[in-house]
Amino acid sequence: MTPKRSVPLTVITALALIYSLLPLVWLLISATKTQEGLFGSFGLWFTGDFAFFDNIAAVFAYNDGIFGRWLLNTLFYVVAGAGGATLLAALAGYGLAKFDFAGRRAVFAVVLGGVAVPPTALAVPIFLMFAEMGLTDTPWAVIIPTLASPFGLYLMWTYSRDAVPDEILESARMDGAGEFKTFFSLAVPLLAPGLVTVLLFNTVMTWNNFFLPLIMLKDADLFPLTLGLYSWNEQGTTAGGDVVFNLVITGSLLTIVPLIVAFLLLQRHWQSGLAAGSVKQ
Amino acid sequence: MLITRRRAILGAALSLTLLAAGCGGDSADEPAAATVSQDDVQAALAAGGTITVWAWEPTLKQVVADFQTAYPKVKVNLVNSGTGNDAYTALQNAIQAGSGVPDVAQIEYFALPQFALGKAVTDLTTFGAASLDGTFTPGTWNSVRSGEAIYGLPMDSGPMALFYNKDVFDKHQLGVPATWAEYTAAAEKLHRADPKAYITADSGDAGFTTSMIWQAGGKPYTVNGTDVGIDFADAGTQKFTAQWQKLIDGKLLNPVAGWSDGWYAGLADGTIASLVIGAWMPANLESGVKAGTGKWRVAPMPQWESGGTATAENGGSSIAIPEKAANKTLAYAFLKYATVDEGAQTRVDNGAFPASTKQLNAPEFLNKEFPYFGGQKVNEVLAASAGQVVPGWSYLPFQVYANNVFNDTAGKAYLGQGTLQDGLKSWQDASVKYGQEQGFTVR
Amino acid sequence: MSTRRSWIGWQFTGPFLAVFALVFLAPIGYAAYLSLFRNRLIGGTAFVGLENYTKAFSDPQFFDALSRVVIFLVVQVPIMLFLALLIALALDSGRLYGAAFFRISVFLPYAVPSVVAALMWGFMYGSRIGLVGNVNDAFGITLPDPLSPDLILASIGNIVTWEFVGYNMIILYSGLRVVDAALYEAAAIDGAGQLRIIRAIKLPALRGPLAVATIFSIIGSFQLFNEPQILDTIAPNSITTYFTPNVYAYQLSFGGQQVNYSATIALIMGVVTMIVAYLFQRRSIGAGR
Repeated sequence: MTPKRSVPLTVITALALIYSLLPLVWLLISATKTQEGLFGSFGLWFTGDFAFFDNIAAVFAYNDGIFGRWLLNTLFYVVAGAGGATLLAALAGYGLAKFDFAGRRAVFAVVLGGVAVPPTALAVPIFLMFAEMGLTDTPWAVIIPTLASPFGLYLMWTYSRDAVPDEILESARMDGAGEFKTFFSLAVPLLAPGLVTVLLFNTVMTWNNFFLPLIMLKDADLFPLTLGLYSWNEQGTTAGGDVVFNLVITGSLLTIVPLIVAFLLLQRHWQSGLAAGSVKQ
Repeated sequence: MLITRRRAILGAALSLTLLAAGCGGDSADEPAAATVSQDDVQAALAAGGTITVWAWEPTLKQVVADFQTAYPKVKVNLVNSGTGNDAYTALQNAIQAGSGVPDVAQIEYFALPQFALGKAVTDLTTFGAASLDGTFTPGTWNSVRSGEAIYGLPMDSGPMALFYNKDVFDKHQLGVPATWAEYTAAAEKLHRADPKAYITADSGDAGFTTSMIWQAGGKPYTVNGTDVGIDFADAGTQKFTAQWQKLIDGKLLNPVAGWSDGWYAGLADGTIASLVIGAWMPANLESGVKAGTGKWRVAPMPQWESGGTATAENGGSSIAIPEKAANKTLAYAFLKYATVDEGAQTRVDNGAFPASTKQLNAPEFLNKEFPYFGGQKVNEVLAASAGQVVPGWSYLPFQVYANNVFNDTAGKAYLGQGTLQDGLKSWQDASVKYGQEQGFTVR
Repeated sequence: MSTRRSWIGWQFTGPFLAVFALVFLAPIGYAAYLSLFRNRLIGGTAFVGLENYTKAFSDPQFFDALSRVVIFLVVQVPIMLFLALLIALALDSGRLYGAAFFRISVFLPYAVPSVVAALMWGFMYGSRIGLVGNVNDAFGITLPDPLSPDLILASIGNIVTWEFVGYNMIILYSGLRVVDAALYEAAAIDGAGQLRIIRAIKLPALRGPLAVATIFSIIGSFQLFNEPQILDTIAPNSITTYFTPNVYAYQLSFGGQQVNYSATIALIMGVVTMIVAYLFQRRSIGAGR
């Protein structure tokens, strides 16, 4: 039974669509403007000179091409941080779901409590600890804190519980397979939608990470994109500092494009993954 | 140089003993204050080594390159540690952690007392810096000293002047105001003629406010070691607040926040017709307000008494050597190179406004014509201002914090909630409270 | 067998727990330790016991910050979740043209880093050069300034809603997709209208996902930081240094060098968040039984 499509409902829902997309349209249009154009033109329409490609070229050329460096840094932090976090969360979530061991409940309670702790609250103590370990101003300072994702663990726990039948694990054990081999060869394929979901969400978190790099990193060569854009935006407040609002805007656009593409390409995976994770809480 | 944005991140106070206990004592083998002679410095330069410099001032890039060419065995790591408060946070964090401390750090004048108080920066008299007396303008030299000690070398300065948009002034037949009374009159006339245009923008700025009080002869801060007095009821302060209150009450100030995109836009389209600000402003106008090319001019800062010649400093930075720096002798060599020797000239050539009298008085500096300012010899006005700074001003040894909470307290006056004088009183109260909590004796 | 399993279980969870201990437990412990001391510019560090806690409970700025996020919580979160619910129901009704396009488009803002979102909305809020200014110019009107002290919290609420309405919509929508289609058919046979189906079948099915979305929103509200921090540059008089508890904690440790008091505030906020989230969870699950 397919319900009849409704024009009024579509029009009403379109308001939500406009609300969601309008700022992105504004960003896209603003990225085509020079700095002077930004100051003196209507936000949702183009100005005479179309500077989109000039802006992109300028973003990548500015300060000896540091934006490209930031982009690579961000990718590296994502691969190492989000990838590592997903792996750790999958192992631990699976371990909690499939093995009954002493202290399991305690582990669970402590980790879930961790979801509620504001990261900013921990930033200063983490900074002081890392400083004593000599880790500040190194990539580790950004990567290590992102490796622990309590929410990811929670999701992987629910997936493992629901998507991996105990029977196949038992039969693998009968065949004498090691637990880790079983995990990687049998469980991981079953967990794939969940893994993609957790990976995507960890990617978003790492990609958006701002506060931690802000206090940990000094060397601009190590910055991720968010911190780099912030530093360009702040530049206008210094004497002799270049005012580069057009680069901030175009850089912002370039920063969100990769994530949007990833979400579009992996739509099916994360949507089904989310369904599994949220419903069966 | 940055006109303080309030919260940003910042840092400050270095006597942070909190971690001193935890992070290993390097205090045991602290060298006694032995004198380092000029020969020692030369020997260090010949021997070579690496130093790290944390600064955001753009002209230092060329200075570093030249320095390395002149002394091939010396390697300088120039790190842009963020601007202003961001930089202090980083510096303070490094000092607190006891690792990754740079050899040289850029510190604004208003923040230097805070670092000096905690002995977080090296007293340069050890290196014979006292002999540099007379090398810098009195205002900046005073800013880096505390008693006999010298905690940094002045790198640039911000004597104030009136920057105005001549096109707008001409269009509305406004004369260049020589006094604050004339300035207020011009503000009224301009806003009446064009309701979108304002004489200036001010939504509350700690740096600007203290500089204005400075020029008016106010001395709200008295500092004697850890004895601190804060009093915004003095005559100089009241002179300023009475005048500025008229602008606020008449809604004659553009409410856009300083340094925001809207502020730059206002400077470009003439709705912010003037700025009373430090001498470093030309570089920002040239890069941020390209549309204003040929329109802007510079005039002496308006006066409280007609015919007066009082000015104040607004912003400006020193460079200093952290106490925990690894290579202080080389660091001092760099300091001197960048502020007194060849580097000072290089920086001026690249657009910085100097603090050294030699560069300030050089004919080629004074006679330079600025196309942006319609060919005006801007430096004549600015250099004159540098010589007219009212003496005797001091900042709090916790000025960074105080500036941070300015908009929480005095900012309300700009929204029409209470008078500016009331606002400054509550700013004073917040500063006193903090000072007492931090163990100062505050009056 | 069971001891072997026990050992294996720890092997799986061990790596995660090691990192978790390093970046969650150790800093919490360190913060708790710090909260028992006081550090001064003059006079150094002293043990003060629980003095920081008593100070916090009578600190008007802390209460101002706390009450602000509570207002935010009780206004913004319901609005956002209600919007998310409406969109999810509309999508699930099967009556939309281009439903897939709607779904992904409304979700897209979630992919925008909050730093970028705040910068972007900050530009747009400008009543001189932003969109607000454009509208004023175009229609010759004067809209209220979104950056004024009266409206700033609503403006931040709008940014947060924009960022997360799609995310919550997806959670709710996913919840609706797993409802057994047979239920709808049975309801249709009974002659139930759409509204009745929503009330009788869909909303009960959403109890779980709504609870998840609400708890994450509660936690998010208590942690409000990036948006006010970035808007502060353009609205300095509207955003105080104690605008939210997180902003306050940040200002205390980085602006005022009051690391110990800052750690205290952070710990109190962590506990408050956990209690609120826990109470809500109990209530929502309790009501479900």
